[in-house]
Amino acid sequence: MTNKSLVSITDYSKEKILSILDKAAAFEANPNQKILDGKVIATLFFEPSTRTRLSFETAVNRLGGRVIGFSDAATSSSSKGETLKDTIIMVSNYADLIVMRHPIEGAARYASEVSRVPIINARDGANQHPTQTMLDLYSIKKTQGTLENLSITMVGDLKYGRTVHSLLMAMSHFNPTFNFIAPNELKMPDEYKMFCKSKGIKFTELNELNEEAISDTDILYMTRVQKERFTDLFEYEKVKNVYTLKNKLLENTKENLRILHPLPRVTEIDADVDDNPKAYYFTQAKNGVFARQAVICDLLGLV
Amino acid sequence: MEKELKVAALKNGTVIDHIPSEILFKVISILKLENVPNQVTFGYNLESQKLGRKAIIKVADRYFEQEEVNKIALLAPNAKINIIKDYVLVEKKTLVLPDEIIDTVKCMNPKCITNNEPMQTKFKTENKESGLFKCHYCERIINSEELVLK
Ligand SMILES: [Zn+2]
Repeated sequence: MTNKSLVSITDYSKEKILSILDKAAAFEANPNQKILDGKVIATLFFEPSTRTRLSFETAVNRLGGRVIGFSDAATSSSSKGETLKDTIIMVSNYADLIVMRHPIEGAARYASEVSRVPIINARDGANQHPTQTMLDLYSIKKTQGTLENLSITMVGDLKYGRTVHSLLMAMSHFNPTFNFIAPNELKMPDEYKMFCKSKGIKFTELNELNEEAISDTDILYMTRVQKERFTDLFEYEKVKNVYTLKNKLLENTKENLRILHPLPRVTEIDADVDDNPKAYYFTQAKNGVFARQAVICDLLGLV
Repeated sequence: MEKELKVAALKNGTVIDHIPSEILFKVISILKLENVPNQVTFGYNLESQKLGRKAIIKVADRYFEQEEVNKIALLAPNAKINIIKDYVLVEKKTLVLPDEIIDTVKCMNPKCITNNEPMQTKFKTENKESGLFKCHYCERIINSEELVLK
């Protein structure tokens, strides 16, 4: 069964991305509307994620829609051994659209093949989380006025951090210059560097986050360096503070630079950065509501 | 000369030649030859200049669709398919890597939905030259050496 779904950011063309971002801007200008009046949206969280679920549910509630669902697998039928297919078919009898988070990779793609209604992937394990990418893009466009020709520095865990991979894929439509800053253990994987080369996208790789490294940067995308990723804990202790952003580092950066972070953060951004006008991560999270409103209404053919 | 004779010994059917010996049984399995009524003969550890040791399969009275034999390309890209009619070699087929591989290969990612739900697997060929395949579901990319038959 095929229908419109958003499973992976690569499901969207450049034109589609731009059109969704325009719609998100319209929702930001007017976030409370009755456009989802009479619609039922299911949020199926087979693993808990309060942050993402609240963002989706806020998006729906502000547009007058109703929400059904569950917030962790213990309360869902999958804990009774029901297949994902059966759960999805059952819920697609009730809801007009399904938002799902699942710990198993590829679960959302499979759900989109068996569902009668559109699926939005709110992350499948370590695989895809496309609405995160849409809110990142929205935040970039809003703060820079454009997505074209930007210099984007990604810092931290570039190996396992899927948000940076998806952002890289999405930004590849817009002639970016990338700057990858990561410890050797967590470097950007070759497949993404090969992808950049094949597309003629310029990139540099560094080990150290310092003033010089970010002097030309428009977007500074910070990610968490997680302890679990290190086989050698000594290595972790060595690098964990090297990738901490402090106010002092930002003194000579460009006026238009904005700092993004998918949140939650731990130690990688010092609290003293929060009041810097270049800090954008909390607004970025708020933008998630508008981006998700745009994605939902687009899939339902309402905007 | 001896090899010619072996091939010619088949009256009608298909000879699959130049299979690396160690994957003979995988090829038999991929073509589902365990369950056919046809006469199937195979030999392995035959001497080959190219492969060192090669295997050969002969299936009487059976001609494979290109799609079917293309599955072998996953494991043995250099295998040769010879079509025999009336003891004569009438056609040689070359193998082409398929664009999509459905329910033939297992995904090596234990957290992939295909390993957690009763369903078909599906891979897309990412790069024919370097033999890279992408799981349609978990989006992992694997190379031909990592392929495991389902
Ligand atoms: Zn997979």
